[in-house]
Amino acid sequence: MSLEIIVFYLFAAIVVFSAFRVITVNNPVFAALFLVLTFFTCSAIWMLLEAEFLAITLVLVYVGAVMVLFLFVVMMLDVNVVPLKEGFVKYLPVGLFVGVVMLIEMVFLITQRYFRDADFPPPPRMTDADFSNTEMLGRVLYRDYLFQFEIAAIILLVAIVAAIALTMRRRPDTKYQRPAQQIDIQRADRIRMVTTPNASADTARPEGGQS
Amino acid sequence: MGFFDSLMYTITTLLKIVVVLVPLILSVAYLTLAERRVIGSMQTRVGPNRVGPFGLLQPFADVFKLLLKEVIVPTNASRFLFLTAPVLSLAPALAAWAVIPFFDGGAIADVNAGLLYVLAMTSLGVYGVIIAGWASNSKYAFLGAMRSAAQIVAYEIAMGFALIGVLMLAGSLNLGDIVRGQSGGIFHWYFVPLFPLAVVYFISGVAETNRAPFDVAEGESEIVAGFHVDYSGMAFALFFLAEYANMIMIAALTAILFLGGWMSPIDGVGDGIWWFLAKTAAVLFVFLWLRATFPRYRYDQIMRLGWKVFIPVTIVWIAVVGFAIWFEIGPWFQQRA
Repeated sequence: MSLEIIVFYLFAAIVVFSAFRVITVNNPVFAALFLVLTFFTCSAIWMLLEAEFLAITLVLVYVGAVMVLFLFVVMMLDVNVVPLKEGFVKYLPVGLFVGVVMLIEMVFLITQRYFRDADFPPPPRMTDADFSNTEMLGRVLYRDYLFQFEIAAIILLVAIVAAIALTMRRRPDTKYQRPAQQIDIQRADRIRMVTTPNASADTARPEGGQS
Repeated sequence: MGFFDSLMYTITTLLKIVVVLVPLILSVAYLTLAERRVIGSMQTRVGPNRVGPFGLLQPFADVFKLLLKEVIVPTNASRFLFLTAPVLSLAPALAAWAVIPFFDGGAIADVNAGLLYVLAMTSLGVYGVIIAGWASNSKYAFLGAMRSAAQIVAYEIAMGFALIGVLMLAGSLNLGDIVRGQSGGIFHWYFVPLFPLAVVYFISGVAETNRAPFDVAEGESEIVAGFHVDYSGMAFALFFLAEYANMIMIAALTAILFLGGWMSPIDGVGDGIWWFLAKTAAVLFVFLWLRATFPRYRYDQIMRLGWKVFIPVTIVWIAVVGFAIWFEIGPWFQQRA
């Protein structure tokens, strides 16, 4: 067994364990943290496959951004675990049924065509050090499949705009700052100089004193 | 590769790591002293000058004080996470140094996706902050963590966009290649054609590291000390170490991406690691200068600056760079070989 295989099995074991803990651990914050561990270890496995761009992007996008927002929300929720567990026995048969059906479907798919060893393309040859995974991916995305990629991008953009438009509510009584107006203020808008008649010259303070 | 070769490889790599990390940690120690002395001078004070000549032994005195203090874990705190958080915030700050080229070919790992790796590692630092805030089981710490998380996620976008400009110009994600792309004297450094992006990158870097004037995550006057309010002793020192290591990291990256890394300002005259160190030190000085000069931003103003000012600026400038490269406008955007 080469070192790579040992490392792969180690990481795979961590992935399976942490993925299992995501759904079994009681505290939702710990569940989210286990999900982070799952993503991170997956990225390490992808690194073993020499897919360094995908691996780093997984960490950057899912671990660095998505999961942070996830944790953000989960930490603010005060989830009480006990009422959540009340219906466990009642819903167990339904859950088991759905799970078993999914399992049968997956086994069916994997043992049939497309997923047997023979159906996979031969493993890529080990490439030399200055082979750039990123560049190859860019070539495929922006040259071979440009239109499909652009269409996917447009769909995502529309989804973002729609999500923001659906959730944005402007309450009429909210006060907003207008920084442009704040900066645009002139001296004359705020200060009015008045001359007051002095009773006697003695009490007048000298010019240029403390303002 | 035989067993002996692997062993030698491991040993040399470990040695390289030691060669990078020991000076880095010393720099962190002296950066804290430099900060207090520089800000002292700017505010016409003296700063720490009692321990050793010019206060040069002050960092060690601080370290020993922190080492000898008790690490208190609050009751009802999540003990495991409470003690893991400082490690989680320090580890990415140190790991990112693996790809930094100190001189031509002088990086621990000269990888192709170096820039992406740095971005990914620095984006992990936020976990230390939010886990610390949550595990402390304290309102102030939690508020600090929330502020910090929102701020870091917001400024990461502007930062990423600023880096897109750099990699468009360099045509590579390899940090060494990016520096080599800036050869030919000070006017070929990327801060000239990418000036708006350089400014956005640096300011986002200040915000990412939670430094003044963007230090609402600590906000002494409002939430005491933010996410690390419950930490003491060495656990607190690790957060401190991470913050300063991140500062040096941002300064080094600014030097590499926009100020020509190890290149001398005059073409071909004495390129070398000393230029890289000098540039990093200069950027670090600006960090301290900012802290001494500006009052703290208000939280909504930070968000406005990140989302409504920096992100549009970077998007516009990316488009400008794209057109300039397409029409090969000289002298910066001509296609190299």
